[in-house]
Amino acid sequence: MPWDRNQMAARAAQELEDGMYVNLGIGIPTLVANYVGDKDITLQSENGMLGMGPFPYEGEEDPDLINAGKQTITELNRTSYFDSATSFGMIRGGKIAAAILGAMEVAENGDLANWMIPGKLVKGMGGAMDLVAGVGKVIVVMDHQNKAGESKVLKSCTLPLTGAGVVDRIITNLGVLDVVEGGLKIVETADGVTEDEIRAATEATIV
Amino acid sequence: MQKVYDNADAALEGLLFDGMFIAAGGFGLCGIPELLIDAIVKAGTKDLTIASNNCGVDGFGLGKLLDTKQIKKMLSSYVGENAEFMRQYLSGELELEFNPQGTLAERMRAGGAGIPGFYTKTGVGTVVAEGKELKEFDGETYVLERGIVADISIVKAWKADDTGNLVFRKTARNFNPPAAMCGKVCIAEVEEIVPRGSLDPDHIHLPGIFVHRLIQGEHEKRIEQRTVRKREEQSGAAAGEEV
Repeated sequence: MPWDRNQMAARAAQELEDGMYVNLGIGIPTLVANYVGDKDITLQSENGMLGMGPFPYEGEEDPDLINAGKQTITELNRTSYFDSATSFGMIRGGKIAAAILGAMEVAENGDLANWMIPGKLVKGMGGAMDLVAGVGKVIVVMDHQNKAGESKVLKSCTLPLTGAGVVDRIITNLGVLDVVEGGLKIVETADGVTEDEIRAATEATIV
Repeated sequence: MQKVYDNADAALEGLLFDGMFIAAGGFGLCGIPELLIDAIVKAGTKDLTIASNNCGVDGFGLGKLLDTKQIKKMLSSYVGENAEFMRQYLSGELELEFNPQGTLAERMRAGGAGIPGFYTKTGVGTVVAEGKELKEFDGETYVLERGIVADISIVKAWKADDTGNLVFRKTARNFNPPAAMCGKVCIAEVEEIVPRGSLDPDHIHLPGIFVHRLIQGEHEKRIEQRTVRKREEQSGAAAGEEV
């Protein structure tokens, strides 16, 4: 059985270590916060917050307190707030240990595309270009194939890039792959998924 | 030194002209200068270039200036769920210069700090770096980005004293300090103007030197994504259900 969204998030949470400052992207990456367990992880929200807390109880939403996905959140006793320039100072400056991001396409050389489809969908890169350029480790969490069944793990990206050669690890519904010399290496398969099935679902070179 | 004005119309008097460049604070709908945006809608100033991370949502915030077609060009990092923004961009009615979020913030900060350009790793190898100077430092490639100086900047803070010292609240700070810094004239709207001396000087987020005009007013502070958790859930869970 391929992993579902929550299982992918749980697997991604295993990448995090005690004491890390981490930035989680929008979508499945947001769910990773549910699986960090007892690890001492500080979540950064690039709109200007370290120490992001859970969603508020109903009736306690504060319009001045949102995450980068514009969702209402809460603060913790470790929280600090700062402006956007300072926020990206810590991102660009390499202070954030890891970013877990969604993707439209990833290539075997670590190229990442996740911000637009020319002529069709214009999302914008938000803080993703800064994150992939600056943080210690870039982990992509996404479905292995798109809705049409085409591989999102490619020899080279077809969409405009968010970053060139920036991805370290890819966690998909089928398993875990690392970007290595010459292509991708299968590190782990989801329960009941074979390496052959991953190869069949992957356009990129697997070494 | 008289910085306090009666309302947004008065605070913008003599500053608006067609084709001008405005820097705006805010992230999504959080910490946006609602009152000043409404006043610019009312003034009908056209062909605006606006540097702002987002462009509001359909019908609120800077989205109102999209509806009235007052914006010629946006410098933004995220179009997101703003349907009118995407429509005007894809149809060619609106120019859009995508700026990575951190690059946009730093361009504002740098422009306001007298730094005309800076090198960053962000965007190297992407369309963002096309046509820009690249330079190698210590074996890594960086791209030259320019500082922004806007004709005016419009920002929102929580509290101010009458000298323009500003205090922001939680994540509503976001782009407001760098946007404020990069305007030749900065107009700030706040929820409360407090008497001089009642703000702790050690707790000022943006010194009043960056703020030229000031108004106090009521803010709607609309929430874009209301997400909550149920009371019986254990605290510590960071993601709940969107409602």
